[in-house]
Amino acid sequence: MGANRWGRFSDWDERPLRLDKFAVEDAENGFAAFSSPHDPKPGIRIADGRVVELDGVGEADFDMIDTFVARYHLDTTLAEQAMAIPSETIARMLVDMNVPRTELVQLAHGLTPAKLAEVVAQLNAMEIAFAYSKMRARRTPGNQGHVTNAKDDPLQLAADAAIAVALGFDEIETTMRVSRNAWANAMACAVGASVGRAGTLFQCASEEAEELKIGMAGFTSYAETVSVYGTEKAFVDGDDTPWSKAFLATAYASRGIKMRCTSGAGSELLMGFHEKKSMLYLEARCLCLQRAMGVQGTQNGGIDGAPVTATVPGGVREMMAENLVAVWLDLECASGNDARSTESEIRVGAKILPYLIGGSDLICSGFGSILKYDNSFNPSLLNGEELEDYLVLQRDFEADGGLTPIGEEKALDLRQRAVEAIAAVFEELDLSHPTREMMTSVVMASGSDDTDSYLPGEVARISDRIQEKGITVVDVIRALHARGFDEEARNLLWLVRLRVSGDYLQTSAMVRDGHILSAVNDPNDYGGPGTGYRLSAARREEIAHIRDVLDRETVLGQEEEFARHESLGIAFTRMGEAKVGTDPREVVVGVSPAFGVKLFRTMSGIPIAELLGAIVGGIESAGGVARIVRLKHTADTSFLGLSAARLSGSKVGIGIQTKGTAVIHHADRLPHNNLELFSNAPITTLEHYRGLGRNAALYAQGEMPEPVIVPNHGEAMGSRFHARVALIYAIETALTADGAAPEEISLEAARVPA
Amino acid sequence: MSRKLTTADYPLAEQRPELIRGPRGKPLDDVSLEAVLAGDVTLEDLRITPDALRLQAEVARDANRATLGANFERASELVDVPQDFIMKVYELLRPGRAKDKQPLLEAARTLRGTYGAERMAAFVEEAADVYERRGLFTHRF
Repeated sequence: MGANRWGRFSDWDERPLRLDKFAVEDAENGFAAFSSPHDPKPGIRIADGRVVELDGVGEADFDMIDTFVARYHLDTTLAEQAMAIPSETIARMLVDMNVPRTELVQLAHGLTPAKLAEVVAQLNAMEIAFAYSKMRARRTPGNQGHVTNAKDDPLQLAADAAIAVALGFDEIETTMRVSRNAWANAMACAVGASVGRAGTLFQCASEEAEELKIGMAGFTSYAETVSVYGTEKAFVDGDDTPWSKAFLATAYASRGIKMRCTSGAGSELLMGFHEKKSMLYLEARCLCLQRAMGVQGTQNGGIDGAPVTATVPGGVREMMAENLVAVWLDLECASGNDARSTESEIRVGAKILPYLIGGSDLICSGFGSILKYDNSFNPSLLNGEELEDYLVLQRDFEADGGLTPIGEEKALDLRQRAVEAIAAVFEELDLSHPTREMMTSVVMASGSDDTDSYLPGEVARISDRIQEKGITVVDVIRALHARGFDEEARNLLWLVRLRVSGDYLQTSAMVRDGHILSAVNDPNDYGGPGTGYRLSAARREEIAHIRDVLDRETVLGQEEEFARHESLGIAFTRMGEAKVGTDPREVVVGVSPAFGVKLFRTMSGIPIAELLGAIVGGIESAGGVARIVRLKHTADTSFLGLSAARLSGSKVGIGIQTKGTAVIHHADRLPHNNLELFSNAPITTLEHYRGLGRNAALYAQGEMPEPVIVPNHGEAMGSRFHARVALIYAIETALTADGAAPEEISLEAARVPA
Repeated sequence: MSRKLTTADYPLAEQRPELIRGPRGKPLDDVSLEAVLAGDVTLEDLRITPDALRLQAEVARDANRATLGANFERASELVDVPQDFIMKVYELLRPGRAKDKQPLLEAARTLRGTYGAERMAAFVEEAADVYERRGLFTHRF
């Protein structure tokens, strides 16, 4: 303290946001999102059906990426025509709902990386989000989840995989803390994901050769670890070339395994080979390359580079823009939103929103379905901790984020089943014999800190044995069946069988309700309102069904329960129509219609007997005389107060609703210009009500006491209470009757108020 | 089967199941849990076939995805190439593994001669040319 500084800056220093570091825009050093003076001007020259100049680079100087893009991406029959269209015109086509997606996709076959970047750079964030929603390949949105834990514990992997499946993730992805554990991770997740329903695609991110082997053993169904880069040097530094990666992509297809590449802004910057180019331009090169390779899709939108991309001005918009380039190139897009790019929950919510409302093939390319510390990929933008926030966002915006709320009982059943299934497989294949205690600890645990289960070293031995014994998914299917897990055996076989037809190798393929849904049979046909993906009534119902939703019966039931108990302790005596008083020390307390009739406690839980006791006690403590009147013509606080004041001999009255909202009023004042008001009933205490009574008595005597202030700490009172308040207040208003006369009452409390 | 498949034939497993056979000729309906338990279905029956990839290539081309179709066509040539050889070629294609064009050209010859993988062979030869031009045949520590 005492520093020469506005204190607000100290407050701001304490916010999680200030843990985020921001970088100055500096194209020379690679910190530029959308444009750099070193970005080439878009251009193409074609001779003899061959691209001889690409974005200002002549054929002789093509690097490997240029060569690959020139040969395999660009359609030389339409490139010159497409490139001749002004970027502004194409940008407008992207956001024009009357220009079909198919037309724009065709156009992209003739556009160079620099041109694609130049076009999307013309769009503001909202236009990018809209264009993305229009241009994404598959109509129905989906989502992908990470399933990992800090111990590589297979029991927990199985349980968490089953939960991820129940939550509706279309793909789940695992990886390891210890690379040797890959086989155990793969087996555990494959078994866990077979609990509940069939069809969740699964991948185990590991070393490339190992990953392909695990896939060939049938445990996994897709891969997305095939990274590409936007500069030749970054590519070579990453120990690959466009040809080696394309070869790998083909190898995956030849094994019937779905595959997408990975790229994203910031990777070249992090690797130190950015060539002073903008992030968007480099990513446009990556994406043209991916289409050229013939992969069905991409995981892009920053990905591991998301945090560094988010440090520069426009970085988050750039990630949206590069996702747009991906879908414009007709690639399936697992749109990032994975590596946590900020400590600010507001930045998290803002980052996800365009994807949630616009939809994406896979909104996150990994949502952390587990707790942050259990995420072996590093924390995701959204994690197990925030999962319910995401479910509520879906409900708020009536947007399909791909997930479905699950109930507590179902969750526990699924975890139990998954843990028993993997334990049975381990026993049946003589891999390990987990104890009952290990299993129970995992079923109940939110994260690996709470489990008493396998440690990474023990898992490594299991993993080695799986590999040594040459165990395949067929052995696991047999083991499941042998131990009574028939449904899981069938589900797992169903998934592996997909690779025979290869249907899920097509663009944006996922499984819904036992059927392949891809850009081929579920193409995004957005053409304006009423077209494209819309929530069905059934899906809307699923999304709305979050837990702990108030309904009228429950809330009123709770009040009635309390009323039954409380009404035994107090008795009102009705003393006939209330008259205007004459005692100058009098303070009339006007209570609402349901007060002590249907409702018996305030929003802060104070029983009405204690409430009245405190108010009357306060009035009397200051030398006032209290008279209680039930008002029946209104339930509104202001008019309760004003009516009470008009009946009062001192012209000062108190109005109070059962829920605890209270006012001091004077007969000569305008209805909404009261003397004191307690508007935040849920945080108002007996002490405050006693003070209210005391002050009313002092006003009656012509004094101007210090008003009673109910301090708040910025609670969002409305979000916490208004649903209940509205249901309860409806009881008050239902009991009002126009023109009904006030009635004088007395209260006998069997119990002495606190 | 002269007519090329279109997007209307997709998903093949649902729309054209008669076209889909496992590597040992098993129709999809025969790939059941009961058959797995009886030992009639093994991992071998759960692989994709060159035919299936060629059909998927036709679907992809009909959906205006020529590059995806070309990848499926290349992949159809690799189905029967043993995993070890695939990984060997992949390794050779990584930067600096080959010290000159020869190992790549040799791999291409094997792909073409032994496995009839004409497209893949040409692809590897193309890589050899580009690597030479871009100076990738240098030793990396």
